[in-house]
Amino acid sequence: MLSGAPQYLVSGLTQGAAYGLIGLGFTMIFNTTGIINFAQGEFVMLGGMLAVWFAGSGLPLVAAVLCACAATAVVGALMERLTIRPLAGAPAINAVIITIGVSILLRGGAMLAFGKDTVVLPAFSGVTPIMALGAAIQPQSLWVLAVTLALLAALKLFFTATLQGKAMLACACQKKAASLVGISVARMALLSFGISGLIGATAGAILAPITMTAYDVGMMLGLKGFAACILGGLGNPFGAAAGGLVLGVLESFGAGYVASGYKDAFAFIVLLLLLFVKPSGLFGKAGVERV
Amino acid sequence: MKPAFFGINAAQAGLFLAALLAVPHLLPNEYYLSICILGCLSAVIAVGLNLLMGYAGQISLGHAAFYGMAAYATAIATTRFSLPIPVGMALGVLLSVAVAWIVAAPTLKLRGHYLAMATLGFGIIVSIVFNEAVDYTGGPSGFVGIPRLSLAGYDFASDLSYYNLMAVVLALVVLMSLNLMRSRTGRALRALHVSEKAAASLGVDIAAHKRFVFVLSAGLAGLAGVLYAHYLSFIAPASFGFSFSVQLVVMVVLGGMASVWGSVAGAFFLTALPEALREFEDIDILVYGAILVLTIMFLPDGLAGGLSRLARRLRRSGGAS
Repeated sequence: MLSGAPQYLVSGLTQGAAYGLIGLGFTMIFNTTGIINFAQGEFVMLGGMLAVWFAGSGLPLVAAVLCACAATAVVGALMERLTIRPLAGAPAINAVIITIGVSILLRGGAMLAFGKDTVVLPAFSGVTPIMALGAAIQPQSLWVLAVTLALLAALKLFFTATLQGKAMLACACQKKAASLVGISVARMALLSFGISGLIGATAGAILAPITMTAYDVGMMLGLKGFAACILGGLGNPFGAAAGGLVLGVLESFGAGYVASGYKDAFAFIVLLLLLFVKPSGLFGKAGVERV
Repeated sequence: MKPAFFGINAAQAGLFLAALLAVPHLLPNEYYLSICILGCLSAVIAVGLNLLMGYAGQISLGHAAFYGMAAYATAIATTRFSLPIPVGMALGVLLSVAVAWIVAAPTLKLRGHYLAMATLGFGIIVSIVFNEAVDYTGGPSGFVGIPRLSLAGYDFASDLSYYNLMAVVLALVVLMSLNLMRSRTGRALRALHVSEKAAASLGVDIAAHKRFVFVLSAGLAGLAGVLYAHYLSFIAPASFGFSFSVQLVVMVVLGGMASVWGSVAGAFFLTALPEALREFEDIDILVYGAILVLTIMFLPDGLAGGLSRLARRLRRSGGAS
């Protein structure tokens, strides 16, 4: 019965690492602005599609992936500057609707620019599987896990060892107090959208060789990322990464042992049950509110 | 509350109905009529969702599920089991109401983004069931052969008759919503939106009120669902997915939160917009997204808020001259 378990675990962890990165992108923006960015999934799509496009136009693979990530970071920053910042003072739901509008724009733009075909990015270092512990591990899976860990470490460093990172944490804690000590909250919002674009695009680019990509993959990936950060407790970046891993593994085992058609449903059912039992996520603290 | 308000509401709804019934005589051809019917259907759901979102302050990103499950229920009941159409429709609405009642208890304890996630997850699970339970729903390719609506021996065969029916249904839903918001329950809902603790301390049963408005809005979505199924006689899961749930929320916000008329305007606006953008062909989706973004940026309180500001400005400039 448990014959496929190691295989499911590996593919679940791979997929889950990507969900975690997407959730991380949500968390960055949520912490500095209080907005759930529904265009996050489109950043992921852009990462994959742009990498394919840059690689197709002759750049070496590594350069293509880096260019795609940088370009998406610029898209994220532009989105903040052009559509979110002018809203200052409007209710958060308006900003959320704006992000939905932007996601429609990005998806439509990608469809026009890259067409409707599903495309695939070459794997970073071949496709010869590595046999270990009864599972065939694609080298790309190792890339996904390694890049995810590296990004998490870089973020940890960013938040603890750089002035910008600490300023961003301060914004997340208390915006008014942060601006009182001279931190530009608007610039932190811009930076968080940029970093979110970068993280999302990275997830999209490293996942593209495994799952392939198309102009319309963003929505489902975005929802999974949102689910990952809710699972981990909204606002906690490392909770989001862990939530993503849990979600990916659950989904993989659900698809393997229950029914593959219900793969997406399985993850959400578990998420709902968890929320009903523990309304603030796996690692979230129960909020105490002052009246 | 003073009964005078109910008189004003009835008068408003009556005028609205008269305006709706006049619309077909101004349209150049039948095709626009079918868009108007879809607009009425969306408006019924949006008005219901607005009771939940705009007044009670609870979000639902899964309302398309209630719309869809009612549509499938009546489709299956009237074809597979050959039940009469009114029975199928009643079963459809009843299913939406019952599921909402069950889901409400654990879900509405959640707040803010967690509530958004739970309703979103619920909507996705239901839409996956529509796709995967091929034996019952026909799967992704859809469910065909649903009978066109006929009630008490009258066939709503022409689009005009169907539109007139929809106009009456929408006007009644609007009237019910306006009256509800003027009632004790409506005030309780608005109170718990502002502060649950303050409302509770004044004796409002928070859980019961939230559940009531959630079930009511799901029931309205179900009503629209059964009317949709017996109008098009074909339904497919794509019409009831996450995108439509999001679109419903956009209708409410774009129209103006906590405004019944705003939701109606938002529903008609978003239903008609893609049709109006047909001439842009390939880039219609870009124009659609851009209009959405720009409308929210420049009309932060929605179409309803924008119109009332415009009216105020006109009155002021009229008074000055």
